[in-house]
Amino acid sequence: MIFIEAEQFRPNRALSFAGRLLRKLCIDGPLLIALLLLAGAGLFVLYSAGGQQADLVLRQLLRVGVALAALLVVAQIPPKYLRMWSPWLYLAGMIMLILVLVTGASGKGAQRWLDLGLFRFQPAEIMKLAVPMMAAWVLHSRRLPPDAKDLLKLLVIILLPTILIATQPDLGTALLICASGILLVLLAGLSGRFILLAGGLAMGALPLLWHFMRDYQKQRVLTFLNPETDPLGSGYHIIQSKIAIGSGGVFGKGWLNGSQAHLEFLPERSTDFIFAVLGEEFGLLGLLSMLVAYLFVVSRGLYIAVHGQDTFCRLLAGSISLTFFVYVFVNAGMVTGLLPVVGIPLPLVSYGGTSMVTLMVGFGMLMSFQSHRKLLPT
Amino acid sequence: MLYREPLKDTWAEQRLFNNRIVWALTGLVLLTGLLASRLINLQVVEYQRYADLSHGNRIRIQPLAPTRGIIFDRNGVVMAENLPVYQMVLIPEQVSDLDGTLDRLGELKLIDEEQRQRFFQRKRGKRSFDAVPLRYRLNDEELARLSVHRHELPGVDIQAALVRSYPLGSSAVHVLGYVGALSESDLRTVEASRYAATSHIGKIGIEHQYENQLHGEPGNRQLLVNAQGREMDAKGGAREELLRNRKDPVPGSDLVLSLDSRLQAVAETALANRRGTVVVVDVNNGDILAMVSQPGFDPNRFSAGGMSNEEYLALRNDIDKPLFNRALSGTYPPGSIVKPFIALAGLEYRAFTARHSILCEGYYSIPGNEHRYRDWKKEGHGETNLSDAVAESCDVFFYMLAMDLGIDRIHAMLADFGFGETTGLDIPNEKSGLLPSRDWKRGAFSRRSDQIWFPGETVITGIGQGYMLATPLQLAHFTATIATRGKRFRPRLVTALRNPLSGETTEIPPQELAPVELADDRHWDVIHRAMDAAMNTPRGTGWSTSLGAAYKMAGKTGSAQVFSVGQEEEYDEEEIDERLRDHALFVAFAPLENPQIAISVLVENGGSGGRAAGPVVRQILDAWFQGQKR
Repeated sequence: MIFIEAEQFRPNRALSFAGRLLRKLCIDGPLLIALLLLAGAGLFVLYSAGGQQADLVLRQLLRVGVALAALLVVAQIPPKYLRMWSPWLYLAGMIMLILVLVTGASGKGAQRWLDLGLFRFQPAEIMKLAVPMMAAWVLHSRRLPPDAKDLLKLLVIILLPTILIATQPDLGTALLICASGILLVLLAGLSGRFILLAGGLAMGALPLLWHFMRDYQKQRVLTFLNPETDPLGSGYHIIQSKIAIGSGGVFGKGWLNGSQAHLEFLPERSTDFIFAVLGEEFGLLGLLSMLVAYLFVVSRGLYIAVHGQDTFCRLLAGSISLTFFVYVFVNAGMVTGLLPVVGIPLPLVSYGGTSMVTLMVGFGMLMSFQSHRKLLPT
Repeated sequence: MLYREPLKDTWAEQRLFNNRIVWALTGLVLLTGLLASRLINLQVVEYQRYADLSHGNRIRIQPLAPTRGIIFDRNGVVMAENLPVYQMVLIPEQVSDLDGTLDRLGELKLIDEEQRQRFFQRKRGKRSFDAVPLRYRLNDEELARLSVHRHELPGVDIQAALVRSYPLGSSAVHVLGYVGALSESDLRTVEASRYAATSHIGKIGIEHQYENQLHGEPGNRQLLVNAQGREMDAKGGAREELLRNRKDPVPGSDLVLSLDSRLQAVAETALANRRGTVVVVDVNNGDILAMVSQPGFDPNRFSAGGMSNEEYLALRNDIDKPLFNRALSGTYPPGSIVKPFIALAGLEYRAFTARHSILCEGYYSIPGNEHRYRDWKKEGHGETNLSDAVAESCDVFFYMLAMDLGIDRIHAMLADFGFGETTGLDIPNEKSGLLPSRDWKRGAFSRRSDQIWFPGETVITGIGQGYMLATPLQLAHFTATIATRGKRFRPRLVTALRNPLSGETTEIPPQELAPVELADDRHWDVIHRAMDAAMNTPRGTGWSTSLGAAYKMAGKTGSAQVFSVGQEEEYDEEEIDERLRDHALFVAFAPLENPQIAISVLVENGGSGGRAAGPVVRQILDAWFQGQKR
């Protein structure tokens, strides 16, 4: 073995008990603390947004617990294995996506769920991780930047699940998965010419995309462009959400005092629009603090990516971190009226289970990359 | 494995990756900056606008209905009040199967088909969480039945409300009027903002005339509402602020009426089930002590919202016109009641004196004309002076007197009393009656030949027939003027307003009208003696009425012709259809020496005044003076 365990290089560094415990558990302290802070703040806001129902918060707390357990488990898995499993995970995800399309039980007018008897399951969630993992797996053994042949391969790997999920139809998730793949390719060193070419193609594809969008999706885009045209219909979400945030001012109305949220003016306030509740009750200071916490998580992720052991770790860590930021930006952008309403929850804070687990598994991978680093001997 | 991998320049790749990460960080910072600037724009720059929008979003002002004033009679007996009742309401959003629920209520006999239809009318325009009334008033038995079955009827609720109630039922209904559901057309006549929370409004009578005073001023309270307008619980500071901004409604004024509900009841009983009117007035201030118009109806059926369309139409189209207040809207030929007034004109214009007499042969003809104006007594009254003529109601005497006076003088005297104009009673729909004159006739007819006043018309005016019309209220009012020797008061029903909060009472002073002034005041004595003779001498038409009374009354009988009898025909009461018989009339005042009250009684198609209306007069006067003694 030419690689030596990282710890063995710094055996004498004085570590507190907590530090030793974290190392033993393969946990990255700063990242964990930031995640816990965000999830904890989320529970606070949720208590207010959900109409002060304790059981709602308890259920969310349970989800956080399960997600943290998943994080802990994944963090123990050496990156090598994660890489080896990537194609199989991707394959399984694709099969399930096709199954959903063929037999999937329909929830909320969209076929997203696969009923496995014991529990219902959203295959798109797997793909959120499987797509960047697969892409990283492909690039791991190649020279970077990728050549045209590799790019074509990646294009298929990314677009296939994207299209399948978009037809469910779950445009939000499809876009996020697509973004995670594209971000990974960009990090892999895609040349500027390709970026320009892809940008041009994307612009050209917009009318085509419009043609394939469902009516409600078109409506969302239209009302985004001019919400006041339909203040009681589709524009209602955006207007009420802007009122909630704007009326919060710099310091907010105080916890549990947000009238927009408590008087039910604000729709979906414990899920997609929880950012507006935060803005109403905690004001600009609250929102900026939240954004700083998110930025810290992303930065820490990018730090881990930069220090990644190999191409797979670097690309995957970078993609997971940046996709996380995309989540935050798209949600905040939609709630503040910068972006059209796409059903993307605010990560770690919005009420809801599956995406929380997926996120934490992703962070578990980051921690695995960080804690299983082996250094070349000098 | 290693040999199959292409050569990788690890350091170059790391540099490339790091470079990309720097780009990513730049993008991160830019996008976060974009978000932050958006937040600053919303929360700092446009803060005030959104704060206002948010405030406007959540406060709704709910008007609160004031409590309607209570109506008392002169002795403090409640005539109109507000009673708590139980309403049955339905909240549509809480009902999963609306038709099923209504069917079940139908099975339980709690609603009928018409109420079901009305429910759907009321439901229109309401929001799904608004309670829609199904029934305005449940009786105890229905309330019990509903309570037993409540569990099967989710969304059906019982609500307490105040409903106008008239404890004396149909008594004095035409005076009090009633309240009915506020309609679109009502809203055009009132200030809509004052009625935002009011469900009922006075439709006729006192309830209508004094609507402004009875209604009161609405208050309002602020509610915290959600996006659908549903009321939400306010907590803490918000709750205190809402309570602080509450404005309580100011209840309407209570009214004290001049009516004596006991006398009113006596009058109603005395009329029994006959169509007719009674008006009793205090001669010294114009107070209406009783005002009856029969048939009547029960006003409680209007206010409780329980009256069906059919019932209302039945009331409206009833041949006996129960909704119609005959006492002030019904105009009748005054008949012989007018005789004392004509006599007064004769004295005043010296066409006649108390000592002169004429010979009554049972008919009168205008000189040079064959037409015979007949007396009610076929054989005639013989030698008749003014007092006899009033007492026996001799027609021939007044035919001659009218001819001697001429229509212009008759008009002048009767106009002084107020014939032909409304008395100014403080409830609506009073009719003025008709006092004919040459001028009137010129204006009333379009044909030239009809516009001329004929002498024959003067003749019959002398006995109150022809064009002349008066309301029963006017007759009582004119009689009161005789009783007070010319002093006139505007008749009134409301004597005081009372503030229900402070108990402070504002008396309304009696209003004196221009008196009837005679050249010689002794003429009043002549008329008083003549009306005394009509009641208190055996030959008087009112003799049977006053027989054995403990007080002395003066009066005059009359009958208003409904049906013209031909020149050679006999008027036979028995043979004529009941509705074509003469209306029986009677006016009186008492006591003669020191008059207190005046009364007019009309019994429609009752025939002779003395026989049909006399007993009614007697019972009312007896009741009044017995009450005085106690």
